[in-house]
Amino acid sequence: MIEQDWIWGFIGGLMIGGAGALFLLVNGRIMGASGILGSLVDGTARGTRGEKLAFLAGLILFPPLLVPLYETVDTRLTDNMLLLAVAGLLVGFGTRIANGCTSGHGVCGISRLSPRGIVATLVYILAGGLTVLAFRHWWGLI
Amino acid sequence: MARLIFAALAGALFGAGLLVSGMIDTIKVQGWLDLFGDWDPTLAFVMGGAILPMAIAWHVAERRRVALLGDAIPNRAPPVLDRRLIGGSLLFGAGWGLVGLCPGPALAAALLNGWGGLVFLLAMVAAMVATPGALRLLKA
Repeated sequence: MIEQDWIWGFIGGLMIGGAGALFLLVNGRIMGASGILGSLVDGTARGTRGEKLAFLAGLILFPPLLVPLYETVDTRLTDNMLLLAVAGLLVGFGTRIANGCTSGHGVCGISRLSPRGIVATLVYILAGGLTVLAFRHWWGLI
Repeated sequence: MARLIFAALAGALFGAGLLVSGMIDTIKVQGWLDLFGDWDPTLAFVMGGAILPMAIAWHVAERRRVALLGDAIPNRAPPVLDRRLIGGSLLFGAGWGLVGLCPGPALAAALLNGWGGLVFLLAMVAAMVATPGALRLLKA
């Protein structure tokens, strides 16, 4: 039995991959969220600043316009501010040190059969899985 | 101008895909990482769906070598599996698991996540700004 969520997941996935395909084939850029944001804020974006800013504008401003199509949209984000700050630091340092996140290493790297993308994805899924195991099931903190 | 328009379109489609797929729901994402609990396989369908068009795009891109607006297709990174790749991915994965946010969904839901989302984004950006300096310090 295939659940509704999985079908929408697949459709949304096709849209995400379609966006990456568009950015690659038209602009010649790799759609990695951490690379796009990170290179803008650390000053390494240089000549690609404009299109990266335009990409971020679309990414941030468009999803809220779709919210009225749903009965409810709940991101169910924790309200533990300390946890959020620590997680933000880990994600910021980690993605810039490893040069990629779920979109860059995951979607764009795996689809190119890049060894770096495949290994990075296995490692961050392993780390995420162990984190949830420890914080949810051992310590009951999340 | 075309460059900016297509970049904005790509960003909008990426964000829409994250919303449609349910990947801005942090509990769903943590549910996928919860391999030893009540596992939610949705994220695997999202990844599969995203990799399909992207694999075709790479196939086309590596034949054409040049994107439609004239830029060269990015070269493959040398297949170096170094400490930076592994260590960085470990840190990233730990943060991802803690709250169920990675950079794409954190941005796509920036206006939907309230103050908590802002705290996450500010911390993430601060770390991104500090990374080059931190790496220099570690090498010195």
